[in-house]
Amino acid sequence: MASLYQRFGGGLATIFIALVFLWLAGMVLAPNVMMIDYALRPNLPPAQIGGPNDVYSLDNILYLANEAVHRSIFFKTIWASAFVAFITFVVCYPLAFWLAQRATPGQTAIAILALTIPFWINEVLRTLAWYIILAFRGPLNAVLLNMGIIEAPVRWYGNIGVLAGMVYAYILFMLFPIYNSIESLDKSQIEAARDLGASTWRIHWRVVMPHAKAGIATGCVFTFMLAAGSYVAPALLGAPGSRWFTEVIYNWFFEGGDWNRGAAYALVLLVLCLVVVLATLKIARVSLTDVAK
Amino acid sequence: MSHSVELQAVGMSFGATRAVGDVNFTVNGGEFFSILGPSGCGKTTILRMIAGFLQPTEGRILIGGKDMQGLGPNQRPTAMIFQSLALFPLMPVWENIAFGLEARGASKAERRKKADELLKLIALEGYGDRMPGELSGGQRQRVAIARALAVEPQVLLLDEPLSALDLKLRQHMRAELRALQKRTGVTFIYITHDQSEALAMSDRIAVMSAGVLQQVGTPRELYDNPATPFVATFVGENNAIAGKVTTIADGIAAVETPLGSLRGRANGGIKAGDKVKLYVRPEALVSGGAGENVLTSTVDRIDFEGAFGLAYGRLQDGSQLIASIPSTDLANAPATGSQASFGFATQHAVVLPDG
Repeated sequence: MASLYQRFGGGLATIFIALVFLWLAGMVLAPNVMMIDYALRPNLPPAQIGGPNDVYSLDNILYLANEAVHRSIFFKTIWASAFVAFITFVVCYPLAFWLAQRATPGQTAIAILALTIPFWINEVLRTLAWYIILAFRGPLNAVLLNMGIIEAPVRWYGNIGVLAGMVYAYILFMLFPIYNSIESLDKSQIEAARDLGASTWRIHWRVVMPHAKAGIATGCVFTFMLAAGSYVAPALLGAPGSRWFTEVIYNWFFEGGDWNRGAAYALVLLVLCLVVVLATLKIARVSLTDVAK
Repeated sequence: MSHSVELQAVGMSFGATRAVGDVNFTVNGGEFFSILGPSGCGKTTILRMIAGFLQPTEGRILIGGKDMQGLGPNQRPTAMIFQSLALFPLMPVWENIAFGLEARGASKAERRKKADELLKLIALEGYGDRMPGELSGGQRQRVAIARALAVEPQVLLLDEPLSALDLKLRQHMRAELRALQKRTGVTFIYITHDQSEALAMSDRIAVMSAGVLQQVGTPRELYDNPATPFVATFVGENNAIAGKVTTIADGIAAVETPLGSLRGRANGGIKAGDKVKLYVRPEALVSGGAGENVLTSTVDRIDFEGAFGLAYGRLQDGSQLIASIPSTDLANAPATGSQASFGFATQHAVVLPDG
């Protein structure tokens, strides 16, 4: 903060700091405090708000604990998000390695451009593209039928559709952290491992992945958080059997009209995501500041 | 006896660029062999071809008499020590050393035992559980050597591994490398651009320039009998005097120069009438003018180097002259600014084709 004052002088620096605090207070702190406040209060008709029944309790959260369907959707969302992060990693790691260590600068430029162009379009529209591709009478089924790989059209919507949509949507959040961390690996490390007789698998397991650990953890954390909080992909590409917890929250707000219960559900999701993220970082021995970089 | 390495008409082109062409030499088993040349001369390319990171576009490489064509670095009886050492920073020292054994499926106990043996060999007993980052430059150097030796290679390839060390440590490591090579009997192929390093350590040296092999020989042969002008100027200091051959008799060439007629040993297939250069080492010049040949020069300055002083002067034709004067004789050295004569024996001068 002192360096900020040194660089910009008293007036300007004060304005910057005030703006940052305003942002944090208005956009981060206030909504979360409101969410906690809502989550802990009962859903009452307007006349009773502030009345004798308007007391703090854990009822909304306990409701989730006792509601079997919502509970199972909640846990499914958590492990499915972890699975999305894992599949995204499996897809991204070879690509990131190729980009960082093998590709020529020209190839890297073209590949990164090709990967970035879809992100110029809104996430809803990108997911809609998958909605069309995966349709029952859509292009994917047509191609597979023509090639003789399947004999009857497949209903892709559901778990597979949601997985495909999410992996596609979050690929860059996984790719770039891993790419950055692999790029800083000295090529001679890989050559030395190979010279000592290591197989390709061992080179990656013992040399490349340990070096890229921070990037891999960062990518997985990003992807997990985005997947757990995703709404568009499950709403468009899901089926009744693949309901996502965010859809349940949405329903409390906009169909059930019970904002308090919705807020309680959202709070539980937020807390669990935080726990998973911090645990992952702890296991990978990566600090939050590394992730922010 | 460990394996020999034989290069037969080896060449390497990267697209249209020919990095190395028509290189022939044989490294004997158990020899300390250096490849010496300025940066960009193709010496690293040769090393990488022997290691298997590059496949030569021409010729063959034989290790222990076996053609290495198409074999990757993990299939050859070689181990490389990289310029950056390329130790694995996230593995403790002992796992670094045992990495090659791990790749060969050795059990943990076996790996630990071998690592401890090698740590003893490099005088780093008890350092096995440290991380490479906690070691000094010289210690990391030794760990890299131990890691390469752990796979029991027939040929050890070293890519300027001492270049990152300071002078004192470098001199120490030279002696240590040399001793280690004699003790293990492994064939060493050592890449360097430092001619004093190559002269001090090697059994034999190959000198490279611009992708072409200039000469292969013992340090003394290269120093006393350079085959090409490049070797004459790159290996050690040399004074060069241009002229024309008048006669050659008994391997001695008489050269007509602007400084008078000078005589030296004829080398490199010269004949009467050729444009040549006569090379004479600074230490072959004797101040005071005694000798079969005499040069007259100014003395611009004398740099005191400890064991000797280096006198820098200008010959009558304007070219520079460097003469080495032993410290014990410095009291009798010509005064700076004066004219002095320097003599040399015909046997101490070499005449080579010019250009």
